[in-house]
Amino acid sequence: MGASAAIVTQNLSRRFGAVLAVDDLHLQVPEAQIYGFLGPNGSGKSTTFRMLCGLLKPTAGEVDVLGHRLPGDAERIRSLIGYMTQQFSLYRDLTVLENLQFMAQIQGLSRRERRDRVRHSLRAYRLERYRKRRAEHLSGGERQRLALAAALLHRPPLLLLDEPTSAVDPQTRRDFWDALFELINQGTTILVSTHYMDEAERCHRLAILDRGGLVAEGEPLELIGNIDATVIEITGADLKSLRETLSGLRGVWNLTQLGSRLHALLDPGTDRPVERVQGALANAGLQANVSIAEAGLEDVFVAATGKRPS
Amino acid sequence: MNGIRRMWAVALKEFRQLARDRLTFAMVIGIPLILITLFGYAINMDVRNLRAGIADQAGTQTSRRLVADLTATQVIAPVRQAATADELERMLLGNEIVVGIFIPRDFERRLQDPNREAAQLLVDATDPLIPGIVSAVADMPFALREHGATQRMVPRTGRSQQGSLFSMRQFYNPEGRSAVMIVPGTIGVILTFTMVLFTSIAIVRERERGNLELLITTPVRSIELMLGKIIPYIFIGLLQVSLILSAAVFLFDVPLRGTLLDLYVASLAYVVAVLGFGLLISTIAKVQFQAFQLTFFLLLPSILLSGFIFPFDGMPQPAQYFAQALPLTHFIVLVRGILLKGAELADLLLPLQKLGILFVISMSLAMLRFRKRLD
Ligand SMILES: Nc1ncnc2c1ncn2[C@@H]1O[C@H](COP(=O)(O)OP(=O)(O)O)[C@@H](O)[C@H]1O
Ligand SMILES: [Mg+2]
Repeated sequence: MGASAAIVTQNLSRRFGAVLAVDDLHLQVPEAQIYGFLGPNGSGKSTTFRMLCGLLKPTAGEVDVLGHRLPGDAERIRSLIGYMTQQFSLYRDLTVLENLQFMAQIQGLSRRERRDRVRHSLRAYRLERYRKRRAEHLSGGERQRLALAAALLHRPPLLLLDEPTSAVDPQTRRDFWDALFELINQGTTILVSTHYMDEAERCHRLAILDRGGLVAEGEPLELIGNIDATVIEITGADLKSLRETLSGLRGVWNLTQLGSRLHALLDPGTDRPVERVQGALANAGLQANVSIAEAGLEDVFVAATGKRPS
Repeated sequence: MNGIRRMWAVALKEFRQLARDRLTFAMVIGIPLILITLFGYAINMDVRNLRAGIADQAGTQTSRRLVADLTATQVIAPVRQAATADELERMLLGNEIVVGIFIPRDFERRLQDPNREAAQLLVDATDPLIPGIVSAVADMPFALREHGATQRMVPRTGRSQQGSLFSMRQFYNPEGRSAVMIVPGTIGVILTFTMVLFTSIAIVRERERGNLELLITTPVRSIELMLGKIIPYIFIGLLQVSLILSAAVFLFDVPLRGTLLDLYVASLAYVVAVLGFGLLISTIAKVQFQAFQLTFFLLLPSILLSGFIFPFDGMPQPAQYFAQALPLTHFIVLVRGILLKGAELADLLLPLQKLGILFVISMSLAMLRFRKRLD
């Protein structure tokens, strides 16, 4: 991985009572790239972010962020990171302008810097119209732009975005990602968590988390190419019966209906998968077209996190 | 330099939020005014109109004269007539009356006999104040005094049959008005309540709303955050002092014998001390409701043990030691001294220093407890 690493974790674990929220995580996040965390709710994304910011102490393991060991050196990295929390955490009863000014002051910017950067971020994130509006009266997308603008006021080399787009529409999401690529061009390293596949596909690298553990890691295309499953597509008249028949078949991990098609993930060890599926359907007296299909990131995700029969 | 800038940023933000939060703002003004009115009027030790029952079995001119004299004090107000002492007891039991006056059939004869009580007072002693008040009334020099009757009316006061040995001279509050005794301390009680309440929720609220998670990833230091949070409340505390003081002087005629400057300096010391306690609570409580509970946990002993209601010197030693840890104890000394005795701060350096010490201790503990972490 050509570039040097902005974040390195080793054996990183965090336990809350009986819950192992993060389980033995080894990560290397390269500089000046977008690194994605993909995982269902409760998979430990936020907990990992919090440990990377020094907000939570790891139960075990080591964290190195921009050359500083955490949690001991937590205060040293404060001005080096911008953190956008999962829940909106600016002040709802302050206006857009007041929130930005407050964050600029808290980051210790000089009066000049404050004026210039607040003005710039109002423009860059299309917030000028709302500068006098309280944050509680902003839409989801506006609020998210405000949070991003606030996290960037001090120009941090590392940006941590915890599910930044979970409450916004697709167009706003696209704009948001354009803004992220701008930042990458300026050398910022971005760590972003998501559960949207289309967003995950846009990351340079991706870590797929499930129940606290790392189940897959790599570039999106690499992950798709190395998928640990066979993907089969089935079309036919009676999708409901097809589905019922296949769900009982050994070696079928997962079935997803996509419009008038069925998408099946099969154990990669399955011998001649198309024939096997065709045979099973014929035995049940069902008519269907069966073919090998190209895998997508969603399939990678399902293959990595889905329940496998033991 | 950066630290001071960040502290002011926090203070300014806190000011803005406060100005926008109508409920809190109404509490800033409303709580002091309501409490001072309640305390000033309701905590009234000049007790009047105690409901009394009369059983006058003698029915002579002298006995009627005794009842009329007692009534004239306005301390008691006859509301019931009874035939026997038993009937009076039943009325006491049913809370129809709190005082019973029993005048036996042989009242006139008893009056002549210095060894027997002429009449009997039945008193509801479940209220801590009433027995003392009634016995004081019984000792008053009534017109009957020439008969030597009243001293012998009260069987269990244990006083000399010759009447009081001592004459009492009351200092600073010669009229014995309770507003004068109660209102200055009330300033302290109200400030404890409002200041601790406001600051104790200050950090808890940010935690609940998620603001803290962002705030502690910034370079702001604990001390900057803490001091920034209490600065607005210092101003609010002094504003409240002014409000309560105006009410005290204009509504309750409380004298201001010392200087206003001394009073504000003492109040400032007190306000910062209680703010320190509020912050400490804020670092202990997990949710606002706990902050609320802890505030009352501090308020109750403050009211009971500070000398606000019960004389400090009359408390047992351990209670006195404990009360040293309560800011109100020292403020009561300061405020009564300045308002009522006309003392100067130079006379009151010790309580002032103790407030300073309490501030330093509570702030240090708050800072030790506050971690820039979520766990
Ligand atoms: N402060 C906490 N106390 C107890 N359990 C927690 C706490 N934070 C997270 N968890 C648990 O840790 C697991 C991972 O949570 P989280 O990191 O929030 O996942 P994600 O962000 O991927 O949804 C969940 O089971 C969650 O309930
Ligand atoms: Mg999360």
